[in-house]
Amino acid sequence: MEAALSSLPYLMDGLLVTLQVTLLVVVFATIIGVILGVGISYGPLWLRILVRIFSDFIRGIPVLVLIFFVYYGLPAIGINMETFTAAVVALSIFKISHVIENTRGAIQSIHHGQMEAGQAIGLNFHERLIYIIFPLALRRFLPPWINSVADTAKGSALVSLIGVVDLMLAMQKVIGRTYDAMPVYIVGLIIYFIINYCLSLSSRKLEAKYAYIKE
Amino acid sequence: MDYHFNFSYIWRHFDRLLYGLALSLELALVSIGIGMIIGLLLALVYVESGKTIRFFVASYVELIRNSPLLLLVYLIFYGIPSIGWFQYSATTSFIVTLSIYSGAYLVEVFRSGLASVPEGLIDAGKAIGMKPWQRLISIRIPTMFRIILPALSNTYISLFKDTSIASVIAVPELMYGAQWINFNTFRIIEVYAVITPMYLVTGYLILLSLRQVEKKFAI
Amino acid sequence: MSHPLIQIKNLYKSFGDTEVLKGVSIDINRGEVVSIIGPSGSGKTTLLRCINVLTKYDKGSIKIDNVEIGYTNDDEDYRKERSENQLSEFRAELGMVFQLFYLFPHLTSLENVMLGLRKVRKLSKVKAVDQAKYWLQRVGLTDKINSLPSEMSGGQQQRVGIARAVAMDPKVLLLDEITSALDPELVGEVLEVVQKLVEDGMTMIIVTHEMSFASDVSNRIVFMDQGKIEIDGSPSEIFDSKNERLNTFLARIKK
Repeated sequence: MEAALSSLPYLMDGLLVTLQVTLLVVVFATIIGVILGVGISYGPLWLRILVRIFSDFIRGIPVLVLIFFVYYGLPAIGINMETFTAAVVALSIFKISHVIENTRGAIQSIHHGQMEAGQAIGLNFHERLIYIIFPLALRRFLPPWINSVADTAKGSALVSLIGVVDLMLAMQKVIGRTYDAMPVYIVGLIIYFIINYCLSLSSRKLEAKYAYIKE
Repeated sequence: MDYHFNFSYIWRHFDRLLYGLALSLELALVSIGIGMIIGLLLALVYVESGKTIRFFVASYVELIRNSPLLLLVYLIFYGIPSIGWFQYSATTSFIVTLSIYSGAYLVEVFRSGLASVPEGLIDAGKAIGMKPWQRLISIRIPTMFRIILPALSNTYISLFKDTSIASVIAVPELMYGAQWINFNTFRIIEVYAVITPMYLVTGYLILLSLRQVEKKFAI
Repeated sequence: MSHPLIQIKNLYKSFGDTEVLKGVSIDINRGEVVSIIGPSGSGKTTLLRCINVLTKYDKGSIKIDNVEIGYTNDDEDYRKERSENQLSEFRAELGMVFQLFYLFPHLTSLENVMLGLRKVRKLSKVKAVDQAKYWLQRVGLTDKINSLPSEMSGGQQQRVGIARAVAMDPKVLLLDEITSALDPELVGEVLEVVQKLVEDGMTMIIVTHEMSFASDVSNRIVFMDQGKIEIDGSPSEIFDSKNERLNTFLARIKK
């Protein structure tokens, strides 16, 4: 146990990397995912088909395949990335597909009468999107979005497999040095639990906060 | 970009991939089976018990759901034998892990399913004089299954995909087979071009067959 | 055979701070058909649900065949609630039909009727099938025995609901607004079935808004208002009554 505790600072460095990966992935995935999500809801047919194929394809394969493909596969066709970049790219692609579905579901949950009411008072498409659809969709969007943020923090442990020294790999390295696996795993379990639990708590809070918007 | 595709290496080792896919499915099937039993039992315990027991069930669920599967895989394969409790093969270890992991997710699925069984149906069972356990067996559980089937499909497919993580402890499932070919032939793009459809098609077939079940049992 | 089949004395029930039943007393004899009418919130459904203890009553007493149904002894201050297993045995003797049918969605109409016969009455499969078929024929659904609830109209579902209840051969049938959720054109077929059961001599307590039906089939009509029985009398006594609340209620219903 002492070994595990004395290596805490090293684990904290790893935690920092986990949080960086999570943050970057969430930012990229949210921006691109929301845009594509709006695209699949209101865009032209070709765009809807493309996004649908992308989303189903990505959600149909294991994340691990995606991570290995980006890091080991892409260099074969001349695209080389550092481990950290490859990790962020792979996880972002994965998360984008989830944010797309998340956005689409939230938009779909809004009664189309709302859109018509917006038309009736003379708002153009962009105004309707900004003043009517987004605020209403937000309530449906946020809780699963937070869950998927928590999921990212948790799922990012897989990037240790391509050599990103995140919390997971930091733990492995400590164990390699101390040969005392159990305490380190337990400390790691607690850290992951705290991050995720805080996030899911905030999800519940957000849900309660926006519960006043009734359909 | 001057990459020359050459699939001959892949076909030479294709049996590895086929074996891997079969093992992936087996891992998923066995773990889901055990996970369903854990999930159903604990969900029933949860809805029928007082605060203390609920707390323990909820702790298991929250702890597992908030941990990376990779960490649990390591913990059970390297961690537990390291303190000298058990020794087991990588495959057994992974099945144990995925069972515990799927159990935690399934407790939630079953619990919310049981909670959404209409109160009136239970009253109807009471009104014809059924005892609590008869209502459970004949009314609550069958109705619950019909309610949760869609959620169950999603859980099954994501657990099937999670079997790829078994490769990190050298369980020779599909992902491991792919990596083996990678490291021995360096035909990396081709390997992914082959295993990606294998995952996609299998996942899709799982979905289709569950849709059939859903149709048959839809309320 | 001197005692009434159901004896309710001074019954009280609250949900949180709202007192729904405020001292209800009524006796019901074998073979009697009693309709309970009254505005929503008057406590009529709660009273019905208390009779088979789907809702536990707080104070007072309900005896069926001279046995207290919800509690194990008479002393109100020290009495103990009956266990669910004990209650099940009492409920097996009382039939209930619900406003929203509550057929078991995973079972065909035959299986819905059979469930209680098999699990509670422990009949052999052959006997249970026979009896269930007989009752489905009585409610006019011979051609629907293998249909799932989702494949039937509301009126058909409710007739299965009635068959499910009477197949158990109950001492009394409790009907809780059984036509309120039905489209108007389906009400008739359900009431017709009830009419036939009345002719068989079945004891019934009917909570209903169908005034003309109530006056046709009932020996007595009970008007409840604000958790109390306001008037209890024959149909003609009720409809000739000068009671102001009753007349306000009847006038409102006619609209």
